[in-house]
Amino acid sequence: MGPLLQVEDLSVAYGNVEAVRDVSLTAARGRIVTVIGPNGAGKTTLLAALMGVLPSRGGIRHDGVDVARLAIEERVARGIVLVPEKRELFATMSVDDHLALGAFARRRERGIDALRAEVYRRFPRLLERRRQLAGTLSGGERQMLALGRGLMARPALLMLDEPSLGLAPRVVRDIFTIIAALRDTGVTILLVEQNARAALAIADYGYVLETGRVVLEGDSATLAADARVAATYLGRGHGAMTAG
Amino acid sequence: MDLSIAALLAQDGITNGAIYALLALALVMVFAVTRVILVPSGELLTIGALTLAAFDQGHVPGTVRLVAGAAVLAGVIEAVRRARRGEGRRALAGAALWAGIPLALAALAAWMGPRKLPLAAEVAMALALTGALGPLTWKIVFEPIADASVLVLLIVAVAVHFVLTGLALYFFGAEGSRTPPFSSASFDIGALRVSVQSLLVLATSALAIAALALFFGRTLYGKALHATSVNRLGARLCGISPDFAGALSFALAAVLCAFCGVLIGPITTLYYDSGFIISLKGFVGAIIGGLASYPLAAAGSLFVGLIEAFSSFWASAYKEVIVFTLIIPVLLWRSLVTHHHEEDE
Ligand SMILES: Nc1ncnc2c1ncn2[C@@H]1O[C@H](COP(=O)(O)OP(=O)(O)OP(=O)(O)O)[C@@H](O)[C@H]1O
Ligand SMILES: [Mg+2]
Repeated sequence: MGPLLQVEDLSVAYGNVEAVRDVSLTAARGRIVTVIGPNGAGKTTLLAALMGVLPSRGGIRHDGVDVARLAIEERVARGIVLVPEKRELFATMSVDDHLALGAFARRRERGIDALRAEVYRRFPRLLERRRQLAGTLSGGERQMLALGRGLMARPALLMLDEPSLGLAPRVVRDIFTIIAALRDTGVTILLVEQNARAALAIADYGYVLETGRVVLEGDSATLAADARVAATYLGRGHGAMTAG
Repeated sequence: MDLSIAALLAQDGITNGAIYALLALALVMVFAVTRVILVPSGELLTIGALTLAAFDQGHVPGTVRLVAGAAVLAGVIEAVRRARRGEGRRALAGAALWAGIPLALAALAAWMGPRKLPLAAEVAMALALTGALGPLTWKIVFEPIADASVLVLLIVAVAVHFVLTGLALYFFGAEGSRTPPFSSASFDIGALRVSVQSLLVLATSALAIAALALFFGRTLYGKALHATSVNRLGARLCGISPDFAGALSFALAAVLCAFCGVLIGPITTLYYDSGFIISLKGFVGAIIGGLASYPLAAAGSLFVGLIEAFSSFWASAYKEVIVFTLIIPVLLWRSLVTHHHEEDE
């Protein structure tokens, strides 16, 4: 079996401006692959294109199948799931309803109740608030809900866009622990993060994205040891890598 | 005006208001899910009533040919759409679904036409057949332009209204029809004479509203529609296709409109073009709810029914004027109370 996700020369443009240029990346099964990079590098754009939210040029193969032209819903049905940067929750619906809807693509399959129980086990906080409306949740709870909703779709490939965004350090640690635990269930995870240190700590492989291009890739340990990465992203220096 | 007349007018007003409330709910739902203002709701109402009238007189309703034609068109559109995306076998399956189900309904209705079946069966068939026009309209007209602006969708909806009025004239003719009342009994409470018919209208409207509330609150598909109306992208990320949500909301709305037609049929003689003015009253109710709140829309519609009943007593020539002038203060009030809040996340 080849890798779960294979992206080849992917380009995404907003009008005339290319935000992602000729990006190629691979995610092996059951691994955490992280994409790090500064603000505006194109990380969110890349995930949106992989999900089908934005049109793109280039190849996207999931489980050996070309999915580049499929609609969002069809990708979800194949196990491609995105937990977006903006969460995209349903403000006037309850936590319970979110989990039920997360499994919409799996509604004809068995074991949804067991899956929900498992999500609640991973996020006891959500269980306490199962009747509460999403619009009234705290930032950390919303992130857990977005993640829980994504898990209800039984992802083969789970794409997480800045799961630590705006969260207190303690909650960030919890979230990353949960993400690392998810890998052990066999899910392949594509993790986009600005918190490069935390991302590289749990990832198996990593890509560095700058102004829409992959400028560096490698095992996460190698990346973390790279002097330029350390300088730029791990808080031991200043400025973008290509500038230095 | 003495008390008994006032009570009679109130009864009239509430009965009509309940029907407007159902229309308003359909309008709010379709707008929330698809951003389409369902201008042709009045035609769906008329077609529902005229279909039942045809069954009642032992004819095959014109709706059969209308639905059959639309079904073939929708099947072709779906096949072409899917074939263009390179879905060979699924193109055929999609087309078969979109053409097949309405065609089967039409065939069943054609068989039922000359036979005298129980009223309940005729009502069910009138609802199903008219209901099929909902998703067919969505598939043929709105799905291809689903991402257009609200204004474009509105203009197209007005066009659909005119087309459906024309089709209703062609398929049902210019004569009006009225269906027999479900019950002609009545009883007295003190000085007030209460007709069982209006009680039935009230009770079934209340039931329909309760069923809708259950559908949205308890079922996965109802929640999927709600989710689509709250956050379209969020719903898509869950695998809920906007095309599916659109078709489902149009189906529900068409059944609701047809149901209003069935309820109104025994009260008013309906012509092919009577629906529009009735749907406008539902629209006023929906606007009172800001095209967003179901309870406010229902309450607003009851209010419209009452205003209409009382103004027909004091100034019957100006009845419609009074009802539609109502929309001006309502819009003013709405523009004052709605604060445009940003999408915060
Ligand atoms: N809707 C849009 N229209 C035009 N340009 C856009 C749009 N969205 C993003 N961009 C631009 O595309 C580039 C990449 O944006 P993107 O959101 O993908 O970056 P990012 O790496 O996710 O950044 P961050 O770390 O801040 O989330 C930026 O220059 C941004 O200004
Ligand atoms: Mg981003």
